Amino acid sequence: MTAVGRALLSVGIDIGTSTTQLILSRLHVQNTAAAFAVPRLAITRREIVYRSGIHTTPLRSETVIDARGVEAIVAAEYRRAAVDRSAIETGAVIITGETARKENARQVLAALAGFAGDFVVATAGPALEGVLAARGAGCDVYAAEHGAAVLNFDIGGGTANGCLFDRETCAGTGCLNVGGRLVKLEPDGTVAYVSPVLSGLSPPAVGRRVTAEDLTPLCRRLAEALEEAAGLRPRTDLSRRLATDRLPPLPPPGALLSFSGGVADLIDADPTPPWLAYGDIGVLLGRAIGQSALGAAPRFRPRETIRATVVGAGSHATSLSGSTIAYEGVEFPLKNLPVLALSPAEEALASPALAEAVGRKLTWFAREGGPVVLALRGLPSPGFDDIQRLAEGLLAGLAPLREAGLPLIVATARDMAKALGQAMLCRLPRPRRLLALDGLELADGSYLDIGRPVGSALPVVIKTLLFQ
Amino acid sequence: MNREELRALVAQLLREEAPEAPEPPSAPEPPAPRPGAAAPEVPPVDDISQLDLRKLYLVDRPANREAFLALKARTPARIGVGRAGARYRTVTMLRFRADHAAAQDSVFSQVPESFWKDNGLVYVKTRCEDKDQYLTRPDLGRRFDEANQAVIREACGPSPRVVLVIGDGLSPKAITANAMDCARAIAQGLEAGGLSLGKTLYVQYCRVGASDHIGSLTGAELVCMLVGERPGLVTAESMSAYLTYEPRIGVPESARTVVSNIHRQGTPAVEAGAHIASLILQILEHRCSGVAFRREVEG
Repeated sequence: MTAVGRALLSVGIDIGTSTTQLILSRLHVQNTAAAFAVPRLAITRREIVYRSGIHTTPLRSETVIDARGVEAIVAAEYRRAAVDRSAIETGAVIITGETARKENARQVLAALAGFAGDFVVATAGPALEGVLAARGAGCDVYAAEHGAAVLNFDIGGGTANGCLFDRETCAGTGCLNVGGRLVKLEPDGTVAYVSPVLSGLSPPAVGRRVTAEDLTPLCRRLAEALEEAAGLRPRTDLSRRLATDRLPPLPPPGALLSFSGGVADLIDADPTPPWLAYGDIGVLLGRAIGQSALGAAPRFRPRETIRATVVGAGSHATSLSGSTIAYEGVEFPLKNLPVLALSPAEEALASPALAEAVGRKLTWFAREGGPVVLALRGLPSPGFDDIQRLAEGLLAGLAPLREAGLPLIVATARDMAKALGQAMLCRLPRPRRLLALDGLELADGSYLDIGRPVGSALPVVIKTLLFQ
Repeated sequence: MNREELRALVAQLLREEAPEAPEPPSAPEPPAPRPGAAAPEVPPVDDISQLDLRKLYLVDRPANREAFLALKARTPARIGVGRAGARYRTVTMLRFRADHAAAQDSVFSQVPESFWKDNGLVYVKTRCEDKDQYLTRPDLGRRFDEANQAVIREACGPSPRVVLVIGDGLSPKAITANAMDCARAIAQGLEAGGLSLGKTLYVQYCRVGASDHIGSLTGAELVCMLVGERPGLVTAESMSAYLTYEPRIGVPESARTVVSNIHRQGTPAVEAGAHIASLILQILEHRCSGVAFRREVEG
């Protein structure tokens, strides 16, 4: 009912292996429910209103990010876009590729998220990066609208992040150490840096002066690893060794391939820039991919390439909770809440056993000491008594948190949070601190950030925080 | 009139086709059946209304069956039903008529006595004597005779803040399926907000306007009525809630706040109840309902 035509100003910042970028987008929120029905707020349009230049990621050394340098980039871009930090309502900073492996990655990320805005969320992790890049590239919308499967590789300086969208769902992600800056070169062709991940692929020695021909076999091997990951040739040790965590799922027959990231523009570049144009193997890697089976496969041409990840972070990281939720005595934003997910079997337990299961989950997590999100799927069309059973079980299980003065936070996938929240509120002694929200599919081990209410819904970012 | 509308629609569906134009002298041979064009199988069932239409895709040789099924999963509309020549297939036609019949049955069915007895509701009846009169005389479905007026006054007491009413309306099935889950969630939601409810009324042969007579009789600040919606072809179990601030005989319909589409595939009854409870609290705070309330909260 409220918040018709409201828009959230969102920032996306991507600190990658080679580049740092920023975008601002406007997320338009509307009530999509029919008149007279219970409201259902949704983000109906994502409009990019500002794109920064593409900056070289400032480093103090090979292992330390220049935090001041990154902040200076953000501050300068805010000035150029004529926005004040206080106007930024949501957004995400993502630290990607090799940059996530730097010594101070975690600290830089946290500081920068705070610097960029009150509800700007810190994120890291190859799976999330892969999903955000594929969404920023538009693969999710294409797959859903065309009933197709699209496998996107976001190929940056350090890594190639794969993400498969099959129709409406994200079918999986995987990441390989394949990127343009795994080898850096001086303007005269002298090798300046070779990433350790290339050992075993006979990379050139640092200090040696090389030609394009010397590097072509290496780039072909990297392209072959991607062919294996894309299911265009049988998987061997090559792709398995280059996988950072896991390979993406094999795409179904008829799937389309898509490429985003800085190297994507070099796959079909015509004319091809000089091979040393970027002082790395990006040009040669792009050419090797274009000449491989990957280049010949049916393709989806994404609407974003080098900016796919930052557009994903700015436009697609934030989503909205269900519009019928319940909360009392909770202050927003809530940041970096670890998610404890109940299994379907645990959810179905009677109250005392359910309480025990919740209690067990909590003790595993006791060391963190902060609030947590207890996540469950919930029931498709629950009866009043089902809700009461659940409320009693959850409250008993969450008692240690309440006694520690922490707010109780429960998230369900199904539309039931307001009823569940009210059932829990009735049973809580005052002062009551509770948040029950729905419409969220949460996996164990992920994190949730929750912003200030937009109408009757809450903006949320479901994320990972993985540093290597 | 609802019954007539339904009958007219059914009659229209069953109407004989206009006689065909005479065939041109050199009519082409009917096309040979296309190879491999066997119509998709429909599983044998005893009750055709048990088929899940959202999973039944009947198009012959589809380009992308999975994609269409994904679309069907999101809508109750009868799409992807294929055809037999220029017409519906038999299964589609029979199911349509079965759903029509279910909708009609629902209008003419009764809420069983056990419903108000087992749930501790106070039974009252409008001036309608039976279903036929209820359907033909909406005015009588909005008023109570003196005996029923006395029951209402007695049950609600003087000047209650909120009276919760459950009425059969046009779909008794909607009431037996949803009303108690919804009503209990409303009571709990109000309790969480610090407001307790008195007795809940059950009104037989109930129209929404009965809220106004109840308001006039008791001086209630707000009446919340859960009432069965006119059944459609998607579901015969859809319920609405009508919230009227200071309901008195003569209030305009624009003074009502409506929450519709409460059923299993729409908004679940308990979640709707929780939402209605907070709407009630907001309406009491703003001291108006309907269009005026909407203007207030939307600024």
